[in-house]
Amino acid sequence: MGKITFIEHDQTEHVAEFKAGSSVMQIAVDNLIPGIDGDCGGECACGTCHVIVSDDWFRKTGTPGGEEEQMLSMTPERASTSRLGCQVVITDEMDGMTVHLPEFQM
Amino acid sequence: MPTLSKTFDDIQSRVINATSRVVPMHRQIQGLKLLMGAKKKAFGPRRPVPEFVESAIPDVNTLALEDIDVSNPFLYRQDQWRAYFKRLRDEAPVHYQKNSPFGPFWSVTRFEDIMFVDKSHDLFSAEPQIILGDPPEGLSVEMFIAMDPPKHDVQRSSVQGVVAPKNLKEMEELIRSRTGDVLDSLPLGQPFNWVPTVSKELTGRMLATLLDFPYEERHKLVEWSDRMAGAASATGGEYADEEIMFDDAADMAWSFSRLWRDKEARRAAGEEPGFDLISLLQSNDDTKDLINRPMEFIGNLTLLIVGGNDTTRNSMSGGLVAMNEFPKELEKLKAKPELIPNMVSEIIRWQTPLAYMRRVAKQDVELGGQTIKKGDRVVMWYASGNRDERKFEDPDHFIIDRKDARNHMSFGYGVHRCMGNRLAELQLRILWEEILKRFDKIEVVGEPERVQSNFVRGYSELMVQLTPKS
Ligand code: HEM
Ligand code: FES
Repeated sequence: MGKITFIEHDQTEHVAEFKAGSSVMQIAVDNLIPGIDGDCGGECACGTCHVIVSDDWFRKTGTPGGEEEQMLSMTPERASTSRLGCQVVITDEMDGMTVHLPEFQM
Repeated sequence: MPTLSKTFDDIQSRVINATSRVVPMHRQIQGLKLLMGAKKKAFGPRRPVPEFVESAIPDVNTLALEDIDVSNPFLYRQDQWRAYFKRLRDEAPVHYQKNSPFGPFWSVTRFEDIMFVDKSHDLFSAEPQIILGDPPEGLSVEMFIAMDPPKHDVQRSSVQGVVAPKNLKEMEELIRSRTGDVLDSLPLGQPFNWVPTVSKELTGRMLATLLDFPYEERHKLVEWSDRMAGAASATGGEYADEEIMFDDAADMAWSFSRLWRDKEARRAAGEEPGFDLISLLQSNDDTKDLINRPMEFIGNLTLLIVGGNDTTRNSMSGGLVAMNEFPKELEKLKAKPELIPNMVSEIIRWQTPLAYMRRVAKQDVELGGQTIKKGDRVVMWYASGNRDERKFEDPDHFIIDRKDARNHMSFGYGVHRCMGNRLAELQLRILWEEILKRFDKIEVVGEPERVQSNFVRGYSELMVQLTPKS
């Protein structure tokens, strides 16, 4: 168990509990965090689970894979620490992580 | 002969691009029409243009699997499509039809398999076409929906700003006031055809705005688009006269080049560029010379008008059809208007305005126990994936608070995922918000008329009677 904080574009914060092994997208959807749709159900094929990881945590989440990079490149809000939430598998090490949501999803 | 004919196509495209600086684009297309006539005389047509005459479609259970042909453009109109696709999903989820009027093709009909094909750009190519059949010979315009990465990515990124959510936020009030105007002008308590009065009218206005197209000529956009998507050779549609399509293409080229030059001049005179498509293209280094590449220029504009026309229009009509087949949902909606956004996704799932996208295998691929050979055409039937009982519970039911409504396939998946998805959702959300403000009952009176096509799933007539709120 651990906690992750989602910060919306207007700075509203939402704290959600997680169990390791789930994905950032799944946690957001299960906790009804506004601004993450997860339309493809985690297939890395819709780009509607975009999050921007804070710099300190980006080392823990790692960088996007090839398919993910391709989907991310289609969003105008792409940042250097962007990830697709469904491709970030949560580990206990990520307890306390914060991620920012873009203004819009694809 | 095919090599000669292929060379001919290449040369034709290059000649057009090279001469576009000196010869107006619409003249070139008129020239192309004469050329194509000559080419057909010399080589014979590539494949005879199929003619579709409606006849009663047999019960699918009387057919051998190999005789099932889901490319039949009357399957939807005769309401047989559900039974046909259910049989394929259950018995032959990756199915080969070897002699359809459009040539041989594979059908992929289960949600999971469609997702796999749509995602796998390395295995399946979107080139040269995403419709099952061939477009009129010589009119193969270049659109990024039918391009593979990396070329696709460059072109998409140069135009996607026009429908980016930021831009849409600016447009919301405009869309709302127009929607209100149209709804306020409707007759009350007497039947009228919803399709031209509401669905076509609202989508036509939207397109004119996106393109900054002369407002009073907006019907042209709708007509071009309808004929383009309705070519018999491409989708089994009702338009078999290819000559007219050349005239359309020439007309379009003329209108759009005029628009381009006009904007160029206004910008040179110091006017601020707008947020319309052409201004965006002119602001981007990769596309600021697009006018010198006519086939690409027309292609990108066509893509936007075809992409944003039939699809949203038929969702606007389809929502009414769905509500009337499932009347309890309207009561649910009135009690809980906050369900509108989820309902919009459910409408788009239930209607699936575009039945499929086509791919071509880039190598041999094993799928569902079959071997798809390199070069084979593969059709991803979104209309079937959206009704796959392995994915959706009671898939044929329209349920406005369905939990996983957003997981529908109507916008496709992967790098080609619909660029206009947010705009379409916005237009539909506003339409329903404004409907609920005004009307108590929206009854469909009479059987809807469905369009002839294996691609577009829509309505040409939907008689509706409205009762205002008391
Ligand atoms: C309910 C309405 C709509 C539906 C169901 C729909 C459906 C689709 C589908 C199935 C694709 C191809 C996806 C794939 O190959 O995986 C697509 C692509 C596209 N759509 Fe839509 N569409 C809709 C509305 C719009 C609107 C309003 C516009 C523009 C104003 C638009 C513009 C496009 C464009 C430009 C593409 C090509 C994207 C690419 O290849 O990267 N669509 N759409
Ligand atoms: S949920 Fe679709 S890309 Fe992550």
